[in-house]
Amino acid sequence: MIEIEDVRKSFGSLEVLKGVSMTVETGEVVSVVGGSGSGKSTMLMCINGLEPIDSGRILVDGTEVHAPGTDLNKLRRNIGIVFQQWNAFPHLTVLENTTLALRKVLGKSKDEADAIAVKQLEHVGLGDKLKVYPSKLSGGQQQRMAIARALAMEPKYMLFDEVTSALDPQLVGEVLDTMRMLAKAGMTMIVVTHEMAFAREVSNRVAFFKDGLIHEIGPPAQIFESPERPETAAFLKSVL
Amino acid sequence: MLGTSVTWGDVTFMMTGAGLTLAITFWAMLGGTLMGMVFGLIRAQSPWYVNHPLGAVLDILRSVPLLIQFILFNSFQSIAGLGMNPFVVGCVVLAAYTSAFCTEIVRGGILAVPATTRKAARSLGMTYWQDMRYVVLPLGTRVMLPSWIGLTLGVMKDTALVYAIGVIELLRSSQIIITRKPHEALIILAIAGLIYFIVSFPVSRLGAHLEKKWREND
Repeated sequence: MIEIEDVRKSFGSLEVLKGVSMTVETGEVVSVVGGSGSGKSTMLMCINGLEPIDSGRILVDGTEVHAPGTDLNKLRRNIGIVFQQWNAFPHLTVLENTTLALRKVLGKSKDEADAIAVKQLEHVGLGDKLKVYPSKLSGGQQQRMAIARALAMEPKYMLFDEVTSALDPQLVGEVLDTMRMLAKAGMTMIVVTHEMAFAREVSNRVAFFKDGLIHEIGPPAQIFESPERPETAAFLKSVL
Repeated sequence: MLGTSVTWGDVTFMMTGAGLTLAITFWAMLGGTLMGMVFGLIRAQSPWYVNHPLGAVLDILRSVPLLIQFILFNSFQSIAGLGMNPFVVGCVVLAAYTSAFCTEIVRGGILAVPATTRKAARSLGMTYWQDMRYVVLPLGTRVMLPSWIGLTLGVMKDTALVYAIGVIELLRSSQIIITRKPHEALIILAIAGLIYFIVSFPVSRLGAHLEKKWREND
């Protein structure tokens, strides 16, 4: 379970999170929608401690992420994250990208790590690209590799930060298919996205973010069909 | 030899000098690169109160002419009674001088690795140093290499200045022969130039080869 309690965060004088609270149950898929610059991505970076917070707290399975004694490296093994810019390691092959953390962080042998990585890469449809360098892949393939790389660590939670925003339109589908597959398999996911149809289809709940606050959170039917807040209705009207 | 009065003995004398040139280059690059990596890591991530003093010292090393540094350090070490021989003094001074340039090369290489790539590494649970070792330095090296090769070739030629503290390296040995056989100056300098070229060429070829190999993956 991920519990976010009244989290505030500023970059300089700009307050990007103004008291965000949200709970994500294990097995749940929560989509986060809202305009650019509303703080959605920042919230994801706070969950695995890539960004510090100013006040409030975030608990992952009861461990407070930003407490001084928390072993963030250990915590992050349980939280996979995929970024908008897929962030492949360009000097490593697809297979090496996927095995690096398995070997260096989890201490697995080369054979063990290779076996896990091959399985994950086949799962996302990259079984024939093992020896290829990321630069030879399309954006969609690189993004699927990033998903496989995160999944290889067998995380309990997966965070997706606008993973299709930087892709050519014809490549969006293959990445969404991979995420759909994960959601069906019961992975706990927080998905920051602009893909409204996708959010509506796979989510248990949808959160609407605006100006550093969650204005409304509820089942997709509520958010998309009968939003309670005028801000939500206005946003949906502008994007749908 | 070659219809001149330059003897094999002269050439052997120059080869001995060339050996010293290589030895000094090797130690200066080894020491300078190691120190440069440490200083570069510090400079790429330290707060200003560490960065500014270190930067000032390195600026001095880079700006004061090498010849002056050799002579000053040599006087200092004899006054201080350190008892270093001129060869060691040459290596130490040149290593410090090299480290100042290498620091900036390493710092530039580290800063050239996108923050997003590093976030990806950390998000997989890698520690700061694992990220450095397996992601940042391998990627940064591609940026650093061309400048580092250039630095190596430059340092090799800078070794000539150790004549000031009495080390007889390649250029100094050539000058000694020229003093004895002034009419053969041209051929002697040509031989010296050829030796520098024979040593430098493989280094620059190696650099070009690595660059090409890495570029194929990008």
